[in-house]
Amino acid sequence: MNRVDPDLRVNLAGIELSTPVLAASGPFGYGHEYLERIDSSALGAVIVKGISTEPWAGNPPPRLAETPAGLLNSIGLQNPGLQAFLAEDLPRLKNYSPKLIVNVVGKTVEEYAKVAAALKQSEGVDGLELNISCPNLKAGGMAFGTCPEATFEVVSLVRKVTDLPLLIKLSPNVTDITVIARAAEEAGADGLSLVNTLSGMAIDIESKKPLLGNTFGGLSGPAIMPVALKMVWQAAGAVNIPLLGMGGITSAEDAIQFMLAGASAVALGTGLFYDPELPQQVQEGLVHYMSAHKLTNIGQLVGLARR
Amino acid sequence: MLIEKKVPLTGYCRLTFRAPRIAEMAEPGQFVMVYMPPEHKYMLPRPFSVHLADRNNGTVTLLFEVKGTGTGLMAEALEGSTWKIAGPLGRGFMALPPNALLVAGGIGIAPLAFLAASTELPRTLLFGGRTAEQLACLAGDLALPNLSIVEVTEDGSRGQKGLVTNYLPDLLPSAKALFACGPSSMLTIIKELCLQEKVQAWFSLEERMACGIGACVGCAVQTSEGYKRVCFDGPVFAAEEVLFNEQG
Repeated sequence: MNRVDPDLRVNLAGIELSTPVLAASGPFGYGHEYLERIDSSALGAVIVKGISTEPWAGNPPPRLAETPAGLLNSIGLQNPGLQAFLAEDLPRLKNYSPKLIVNVVGKTVEEYAKVAAALKQSEGVDGLELNISCPNLKAGGMAFGTCPEATFEVVSLVRKVTDLPLLIKLSPNVTDITVIARAAEEAGADGLSLVNTLSGMAIDIESKKPLLGNTFGGLSGPAIMPVALKMVWQAAGAVNIPLLGMGGITSAEDAIQFMLAGASAVALGTGLFYDPELPQQVQEGLVHYMSAHKLTNIGQLVGLARR
Repeated sequence: MLIEKKVPLTGYCRLTFRAPRIAEMAEPGQFVMVYMPPEHKYMLPRPFSVHLADRNNGTVTLLFEVKGTGTGLMAEALEGSTWKIAGPLGRGFMALPPNALLVAGGIGIAPLAFLAASTELPRTLLFGGRTAEQLACLAGDLALPNLSIVEVTEDGSRGQKGLVTNYLPDLLPSAKALFACGPSSMLTIIKELCLQEKVQAWFSLEERMACGIGACVGCAVQTSEGYKRVCFDGPVFAAEEVLFNEQG
């Protein structure tokens, strides 16, 4: 009997992906750092770190603190700015198989729109992810993603300036994720990425000071996965656009849970630090699971637990 | 594979791994990321300077202080166990000129021992620790040709009494260049003295890391040109560019 490999291809918000496993924005830098070192064939797309109109310095160190099954970071979206990204990073990303999604950040609605408009002209950019959920910014970032009116405003404006597939990255630091998810959908989003990090902190009991230079940071890693999964489940019941699930995935089993909850694809973040070969492992596990459960197409998995 | 474990003193650990590729490629000042065992998969890899790299035997030695969960796990490792190690990573030291001065504070000896072993040119090591016991435990790999060592302990139990920075003014005038690793309080003073004496200095810095390859920008250090990545732009930096006072 012929055994046919299950079909892992997925269309995420208009982006054709060879596999539903992505690298999340943040841990994966500007893409080339990892792509030059790892086998990227098991990644459908990479989402590069947030890009703003002008360079951002980022937050004072220390920027990392490890917690049980988690990682706090307060990097503060340090980035070289749009022009340097286009001139130096983008050309280095041309020869790799994963699609490229650029994360966009801003302090004002206009800044988001300016970056999005410039990236529309840039060859090699397959989609945008609007970051309205970074907990490490005083202005912009999460301030947009915790208010449905502000979410609607920034997504609508960006929608007007670009035809590129547009994902909106949502914050878990909200009372009701469905309200924000609906606001993004109504404003024209093609898909939602969820979730960003949970706001948190840690204290050094010897120095009696916060461990992070910025006092607060964003918590990622396996510690947040049940929270992220619940929010994907809730969003899946609230909107009709595809979801990119993320938050603490470190195995194929984790990825499958997100897809059963309603995510069309998943992104790996902190898990890549624990094991840079995680994408292969997740892909192999997905194939094995689909064969065992007699699924031929990855789309059949999406939202199965909700039925 | 871990082929030798030594505990030279409680709280310190010296591990030698069979890692021929890293041993072949590593330059002094570069580091490796040690991944935690599979049963501790929810932990970040830990960065360590290469303490010794033996190309002939294909081994790499790490010397570190046992401070937290990760180093604790490594200190409990059994000889013969297999560890995943990535490297060599980062930018190391430049080649030593003759009459270089190396300054190590405590466990800061780890990268400087490799640097000292990289040449047989005359060079001086100013090596400070808290006690004779600590200094002796860290000095096990320093029997090298043409290396003169000035030892300093805070309690005076071995060598001179005080801090390395007390003895730097005597040694700096004859130094061609300076290479240091140790606590930032020590490096801050060394930077000032080197600027005054116009001696070129390089520091090996440490910071908590996640990726180790320049992607996550978690290991930032404040420099005269903004934040730089210890893992990728360093860990060795020119002394004049490092801004210690803004590191909290």
